[in-house]
Amino acid sequence: MTRITLEYYAQLREQAGTRSEQLTTSAGTLRELYDELRQRHGFLLAADALKVAVNAQFCDWGRAPREGDTIVFIPPVAGG
Amino acid sequence: MKHFSLSSEGFDTAELRTALQHPASGGFCSFEGWVRNSNEGREVDGLEYEAYTELALAEGQRVVEEAFARYGILAAHCVHRTGSLKVGDLAVWIGVSAAHRDEAFRACRYIIDEIKHRLPIWKKEHYVDGDTAWVACAHTHRAHDHVHV
Repeated sequence: MTRITLEYYAQLREQAGTRSEQLTTSAGTLRELYDELRQRHGFLLAADALKVAVNAQFCDWGRAPREGDTIVFIPPVAGG
Repeated sequence: MKHFSLSSEGFDTAELRTALQHPASGGFCSFEGWVRNSNEGREVDGLEYEAYTELALAEGQRVVEEAFARYGILAAHCVHRTGSLKVGDLAVWIGVSAAHRDEAFRACRYIIDEIKHRLPIWKKEHYVDGDTAWVACAHTHRAHDHVHV
């Protein structure tokens, strides 16, 4: 099991009802982790509509969560 | 050197412009994004910008550094607002100075287009009818010309 921190922004923050949470996961990839959390929190968007960042760097969905990671799922952006 | 910042309050653009003055610059271009009173047929009252600060700062810096490399400009800075904004408020400011106008125009365009698509910044619109919605950047990605570099 891997201990990680999640931070939520925008619609994911609202849907999760929190800005961050810590949890232990057995997910083998970030995609698996998102799918688990999507079920738990009822996130509307599928992983394909999002990007993911680990420790403030954009990452591949196939990367494994590692001990102590801070993970942020990034819904469609709208700056500017 | 820092080329991108976030601001949770309104800011003075005259100071930002002055900081981009350079003796070798013959052209200055700026772009201001303002909060519009409508979007996709709905009347907008105001909006909120939320940013994933650490990554937005890093990615914003990368975008401006790319503009330096692509267009050979001499100075540039971009500021993006966060928090609550009303119709007419300044949402984003970009300034670029370069030896000639062409690089300044192109770099300014490059920066705003990339910022819109790449930075982890989200916009929640508040409508006049009381409803709210998170909106996604609706524009297709613009392929930047490579002719000039």
